[in-house]
Amino acid sequence: MRAFSYERVSSIEAAARAAATTDGAKFIAGGTNLLDLMKLEIETPTHLVDVNGLGLDSIEATPEGGLRIGALVRNTDLAADERVRRDYALLSRALLAGASGQLRNRATTAGNLLQRTRCPYFYDTNQPCNKRQPGSGCSALAGFSRQLAVVGVSDACIASHPSDMAVAMRALDAVVETVRADGTKRSIPIADLHRLPGDTPHVEHVLERGELITAVVLPKPAGGEQIYRKVRDRASYAFALVSVGAVVHPDGTGRVAVGGIAPKPWRDEAAEKELANGAKAVAAKLLAGARPTEQNAFKLTLVERALSAVLVEAKG
Amino acid sequence: MQSPGALEISRRDLLAASAATVTVASAHSLGHAQTKATTAPQSTKVTFTVNGEGRELQLDNRTTLLDALREHLHLTGTKKGCDHGQCGACTVLIDGRRVNACLTLAVMHEGDSITTLEGLGQPENLHPMQAAFVKHDGFQCGYCTPGQICSSVAMLEEIKANIPSHVTVDLTAPAEITPAEIRERMSGNICRCGAYSNIVEAITEVAGRKA
Ligand SMILES: Cc1cc2nc3c(=O)[nH]c(=O)nc-3n(C[C@H](O)[C@H](O)[C@H](O)COP(=O)(O)OP(=O)(O)OC[C@H]3O[C@@H](n4cnc5c(N)ncnc54)[C@H](O)[C@@H]3O)c2cc1C
Ligand code: SF4
Ligand code: FES
Ligand code: FES
Repeated sequence: MRAFSYERVSSIEAAARAAATTDGAKFIAGGTNLLDLMKLEIETPTHLVDVNGLGLDSIEATPEGGLRIGALVRNTDLAADERVRRDYALLSRALLAGASGQLRNRATTAGNLLQRTRCPYFYDTNQPCNKRQPGSGCSALAGFSRQLAVVGVSDACIASHPSDMAVAMRALDAVVETVRADGTKRSIPIADLHRLPGDTPHVEHVLERGELITAVVLPKPAGGEQIYRKVRDRASYAFALVSVGAVVHPDGTGRVAVGGIAPKPWRDEAAEKELANGAKAVAAKLLAGARPTEQNAFKLTLVERALSAVLVEAKG
Repeated sequence: MQSPGALEISRRDLLAASAATVTVASAHSLGHAQTKATTAPQSTKVTFTVNGEGRELQLDNRTTLLDALREHLHLTGTKKGCDHGQCGACTVLIDGRRVNACLTLAVMHEGDSITTLEGLGQPENLHPMQAAFVKHDGFQCGYCTPGQICSSVAMLEEIKANIPSHVTVDLTAPAEITPAEIRERMSGNICRCGAYSNIVEAITEVAGRKA
């Protein structure tokens, strides 16, 4: 790990300013992704701004009937919150399907959204990787790509976004609230938070330097049957090959977001319109334009089957 | 200017490292630390409680809680397996909650109360979970065991606090203690020797005694 200076901050404004005005600064929340990457010198911040003392760790009801989730709420606490379990079961289920008990106790809402890909070449600093080292090439295209994306990819990068929680947040239309270094606030729909790789796979989200996530807001409960189904290589403590987060209403309409197949949680309103017509119809629209590799083409079938299982479960 | 503390710790890491790959990584960071000139201090004072005793350390910011416990406080009960959050050998309790000590910085724990295996029980005064692991042969080589024991003690508290799991059928019903629940909730602790079934028996016995 490279040397860095360290600072604890106690106000949101101070945090954003510190991160924007200090060269090479990064926020650290749970640290479960950032430290992992710092040990491998994939992330090399020269200054860490510890945001754990900001008090952004409560879940509050909004006047609109939804919930405002503080950026520092731990994954365990969010999954266990009574209101989330009752009204946003999809979110509880997605969180509980991720990582381990120990990791969920540290991992935060904001950190989870911004966690980086698990592409094996991103982690192997001896291999070319456009995301880690822009312009060096993508080793995954002709390499091990079983875990990687089939839609939203580019010639430069086929990394998948590893978060389970983000898939639920996408299906639930969450909005990310931030404060920028100059103190101005903005609200970013989760659909717009992550960027597709294009020619710049190292740029993964729309946040500016020093922009701090303060909360994630859920609109009023979506109702319906809420299901999260994760398919992975072992039954627990493994990232998704494919995951489906769905809200299905009694009349067969609803929403679907899919994880493990794209650089961001994947959702498509045109595909959702097909929900009443069954999994095949939905999958066809969701995966339109897919560019799988030989190693991950199985995901196209797996998405359809996982969707099918979810629709059966929703009927009860 | 590079603080002398940082260099000292890098050297210590170097000495402590047993696996070849870890040695190479530390040597690399040491080389870098020497050339990198930064003005901000790269060590921080931190005060926390470990097993009931107040401790104050001046640490290179890079020191993980795991290395602080093992290399600075010489509490070697907590083990380093993967150093990347993938095995659970480093599990300790922070304010009663289980965490991977390898994926958190020591300086992030100002004012916290940390419990390691040594704090749970001692050879002449075993914690019920330690005794149950012995009775049920919940280990072979024993390397994962401190992590398993810290994890299981906190895991039973999580069930008591009605925190659900991936296998909980009804999210609105109280959490139950079943073998399936125990297995899922303990999935963050890998046992290379495969002592899993005896581990589940040990935990089940302690859970039953408590209920
Ligand atoms: C072994 C292992 C298995 C895992 N399995 C899964 C899994 O199955 N599913 C899954 O979804 N995840 C999994 N994870 C990933 C885990 O969920 C993430 O590491 C965690 O959610 C990151 O949160 P954190 O608070 O620790 O983030 P940190 O590591 O602290 O930060 C991550 C990033 O977010 C930035 N950041 C943090 N807070 C803010 C903020 N408030 N504003 C702006 N930027 C911020 C940081 O600067 C950093 O770039 C696994 C991790 C490990 C180590
Ligand atoms: S897929 Fe992306 S992250 Fe993986 S090697 Fe290619 S460029 Fe790097
Ligand atoms: S050493 Fe911390 S999880 Fe393996
Ligand atoms: S007893 Fe050997 S790793 Fe678990």
